[in-house]
Amino acid sequence: MATLEIRALSVGYGPVRALRDISVDVPDGGITAVLGGNGAGKTTLLRAVSRTLGFHRGTGTGTIRFDGRPLEGLRPAQVVAAGVVQVPEGRQVFARMTVADNLRAGALGARGGRKETSAALARVHELFPVLADRAHQRAGLLSGGEQQMLAMGRALMAGPRLLLLDEPSLGLAPLMAARIAETVQEINASGTSVMLVEQNAAIALRLASTAYVLDVGEVALAGPADELAASDEVRRRYLGVVDEDAAADADPAARTRRTLSRWSA
Amino acid sequence: MTTFVELLLGGLSIGSVYALIALGFVVIFKATEVVNFAHASLLLAGGYVTAVLHDDIGFWPALLVGIAGAASVGAAIEFFVMRRYRGSDHSVLAIVTIGVDILLITELTRRMGTDVLALGDPWGNEVVTIGGVTLAQTRIAAFLAAGLLITVFLLAFRYTSWGVSMRAAAENPQTAALMGIKLGRVSLAAWAVAGALAAVAALFLTVFPTPGLERATSLAALKAFPAAILGGLDSTTGALAGGLIVGVTESLATGYQSDLSFLGRGIGDLAPYLVMVAVLLIRPAGLFGTKELARV
Repeated sequence: MATLEIRALSVGYGPVRALRDISVDVPDGGITAVLGGNGAGKTTLLRAVSRTLGFHRGTGTGTIRFDGRPLEGLRPAQVVAAGVVQVPEGRQVFARMTVADNLRAGALGARGGRKETSAALARVHELFPVLADRAHQRAGLLSGGEQQMLAMGRALMAGPRLLLLDEPSLGLAPLMAARIAETVQEINASGTSVMLVEQNAAIALRLASTAYVLDVGEVALAGPADELAASDEVRRRYLGVVDEDAAADADPAARTRRTLSRWSA
Repeated sequence: MTTFVELLLGGLSIGSVYALIALGFVVIFKATEVVNFAHASLLLAGGYVTAVLHDDIGFWPALLVGIAGAASVGAAIEFFVMRRYRGSDHSVLAIVTIGVDILLITELTRRMGTDVLALGDPWGNEVVTIGGVTLAQTRIAAFLAAGLLITVFLLAFRYTSWGVSMRAAAENPQTAALMGIKLGRVSLAAWAVAGALAAVAALFLTVFPTPGLERATSLAALKAFPAAILGGLDSTTGALAGGLIVGVTESLATGYQSDLSFLGRGIGDLAPYLVMVAVLLIRPAGLFGTKELARV
């Protein structure tokens, strides 16, 4: 049974097609990774789920269901209330507000009352003790890694059943990226499904149980993460493993498709 | 010296009223990034409702209805006009508010005609004299009421969930939406609050020594523009400082007009704008405004 089912989703920004007819399943309780290079449509996929395409004048067709309930046609706040919360790319903490107020803002979309909110806050402080220490500092003064923690903690305040993470390791030192990865696992272990969008395929494939590879708006590969991690194409393209034999064996058509050519329109 | 103190206190009092107007202006700007040129007509609408009703239902109920009325007019502008244009360029929206302002002012002027309407306030033209300094009761009431409202507003802005959602939406609307904050509701609340504050300001702009509510009251309300701008359009602290600066400048310039006769008459009306220009020359973002941070 899949928690989040995306079927035949196509999204365009004006004349630009960002996603073409893609289908993705995020199973309940697991971590699902979505990989791909710049412009592959990863962020667009998350925007379609969180219903924030409108901010970028994007329009989509296709169906998105969360626990059987269609999400298309909902407003962003209703998606949050349904239990799907996104941590945006680049963290986007409210820099002029204190850490504590950022966390309060995260709880505003939650269904639960005061009790649930304080339980969520205790949980966030347990996951990220630094957020308790810096509660009264302005969020803009935190380091990049701490801001990522704050962005994740803020999303957890809404008590999500499915957490959408957009490039959590972006711009972080390797050690910090590894810590964030650990936390993602911890969050998942406590019962929250995770959809993880990453350029850092090594981290993502290690964490995830299933993975999808997006390429110019289409699903190029999909399957169990360990199988994908072992596949030649993923190793060559996303893991930076240079394997002469594998490169020679690879489908030449796939390679020609990736070469740059002069635009003809 | 007595004159100076009188002028200074009078200026602070009227300045606090300007601060009320400027605060509403800033709240709308923060929540929606729209410069609201219809603000003066919100004020006029609130004052008009109070003026019409006070004979029948008494001053305090009439004031409450006036405040509620101006808040509803503000909310209605947001709901029926601004919301349709959401996502448009902010300068387009600002021009839309000019259109709304013309409509409202025209209708209100048609109803008021050339009358000067009293708002039926309980203070009349009583004055208080303390240590040789004479102040109108209305001025003291204005200062206290504005101070109280501003304090309540700032506390709410800082500590309530409403304040948190306002600040979050002001800083980053898209991320606020991702957190489940309803942007439509935030913007509706901003317009309603601005309307309510403007209605209170309308009362104190029209009491003694001003003759009453008339068409020109909306011009007095325009002085909140330099107040908001010189304080920094996106700063609540700036609105307060700006309001007080404009009030004191205007009061002193008017009071010492005879000593400034080489500048011609009416320097009091002009002085706030001169201060605004001077401040902007030194600090283009206003005293407390956020410097424009362009992100690529």
